[in-house]
Amino acid sequence: MKRYSALSLATEGLRGHRGWTPAWRKARPNDGYDAIVVGGGGHGLATAYYLAKNHGICRVALLEKGWIGGGNTGRNTTAVRSNYFYPESVALYDLALRLYEDLSRDLNFNVMLSQRGMLIAAHTPMQMEICARIANAMQLNGVDGELMGAEEAVKRAPLLNQDPQARFKCMGGVWQQRAGVARHDAVAWGYARAASDMGVDIIENCTVTDLLVEGGRITGVETDMGTIRADRVGLAAAGATPGLAAMGDVRLPIHNYALQAFVSEPVKPMLDIVLLYLGTGTYVSQSDKGELVIGGGLDRVPTHGQRGNLPAQETVLSGLLEMFPAFAQLKLLRQWAGVVDVVPDSSPVIGPAGPEGLFLNCGWGTGGFKAIPAGGWLLAHLLATGAHHEISRPFDLDRFARGRLIDEAAGAGIAH
Amino acid sequence: MQVFTCPFCGPRDETEFHFAAEAGKERPQPAEETSDADWADYLYFNDAPRGPAREVWVHVTCGEFFLMTRDTVTRAVSEVAPLPGRGE
Ligand SMILES: Cc1cc2nc3c(=O)[nH]c(=O)nc-3n(C[C@H](O)[C@H](O)[C@H](O)COP(=O)(O)OP(=O)(O)OC[C@H]3O[C@@H](n4cnc5c(N)ncnc54)[C@H](O)[C@@H]3O)c2cc1C
Ligand SMILES: [Zn+2]
Repeated sequence: MKRYSALSLATEGLRGHRGWTPAWRKARPNDGYDAIVVGGGGHGLATAYYLAKNHGICRVALLEKGWIGGGNTGRNTTAVRSNYFYPESVALYDLALRLYEDLSRDLNFNVMLSQRGMLIAAHTPMQMEICARIANAMQLNGVDGELMGAEEAVKRAPLLNQDPQARFKCMGGVWQQRAGVARHDAVAWGYARAASDMGVDIIENCTVTDLLVEGGRITGVETDMGTIRADRVGLAAAGATPGLAAMGDVRLPIHNYALQAFVSEPVKPMLDIVLLYLGTGTYVSQSDKGELVIGGGLDRVPTHGQRGNLPAQETVLSGLLEMFPAFAQLKLLRQWAGVVDVVPDSSPVIGPAGPEGLFLNCGWGTGGFKAIPAGGWLLAHLLATGAHHEISRPFDLDRFARGRLIDEAAGAGIAH
Repeated sequence: MQVFTCPFCGPRDETEFHFAAEAGKERPQPAEETSDADWADYLYFNDAPRGPAREVWVHVTCGEFFLMTRDTVTRAVSEVAPLPGRGE
């Protein structure tokens, strides 16, 4: 693999950029592997990478139905943070954030992590109490979090609506400095390139159509490119996971919903933080190109179609204009949706399921981009050792029968 | 805006409706003899079908629950009906 560096960039610049080679090999499936990972989103790609890097398991096939990063990983609004409520969640999301902090160096691929800070803003005394509770929980969990008042908050987002008559006038909020954004495609491509370099076969346009189970053990998968054998299979297919798991007679506590995002025309820098407003449910950041990247709540109709509906659009955008009246002048450039896999307690499902050798990493719902390095790390651990890492243990499917839910919707009021 | 039809009130905007559950779940009885796994299955686990689906929805405006048969990819609704025993 050709290493990327300032020197290689300069040299290539002088040679007219003719010496670059593809970042990962276009592989065709062999008939046998040590492990198969289904789904070429961030979680699947990170799993393949950590299988090779942490466990020395390199005979790995990563099977992706379309192109890598074409699912939710390439459709998300890239907010990265670890301001959760329960210790189990903080252990998980802060592992991810710590891995993100070193990821560009680790992968030799610039994932453009920008820890510009994130404000969860409140507009009522009750919401300020919620923010204080989140800040306290974060500090108790050993994560950076701080409560701030209106003046400090408005300093960080000066265009916020400050009309005394404003319906959602900002009262302050909770701040996480280490939160921010990263480049979603780069995360997918960086993991793919580094995994491929260690021998992982990244196989695109390959749809898994069945799981092969013999005598209670997984023995491989059926695909539209033929049968591929392995005695360990990891599923990381977001909204498609329930359908895949059903092929192994596994039911999941998942409903699929569409989640939308919006991008405005590019403008000069005017918002250098990530802002989530509790009152409107809308959140926004400005990309390096100058576009506003806008998101909000789910469409409330369960669906497998990657399209958003109009009522959710109206809610998100009217919320944005309440927060920033000046944005009314902007034109929207693009709007899209991804199918997110939502679990009743808004926490992921990581662990074994059904036939021996089958493992899941799904249920990330609206917030799994920030978790990609950890999700991959933990699924790789499961595939390699057959046992939970201590951080993934609480997220096992058995928590539903044990009544040990990790209810982040109630705890942190998670959005994304 | 999609329009759903409440079997009691007729066609209304989608925002007046809530998805409640997948249809056909039966509450395990009696509670004392129900295993944790069966109870969890009833409470939390679904099929999340891709394509044709039978679901229970509520029309929030009138408060009635009813059955809706629709396609989860195209979102086309093929049938709405009152819950069994709740007709007329
Ligand atoms: C609009 C939007 C905004 C979001 N914003 C944020 C945010 O700000 N911060 C955050 O942390 N998270 C956010 N998320 C959530 C985040 O995008 C996801 O949780 C995360 O990307 C999930 O990654 P994944 O690898 O599990 O799934 P995906 O990236 O969806 O990858 C799954 C892959 O599996 C493939 N697949 C499916 N079926 C098969 C099959 N049969 N065979 C082979 N391959 C198959 C799919 O093609 C897909 O590429 C957002 C999501 C959306 C939709
Ligand atoms: Zn009605």
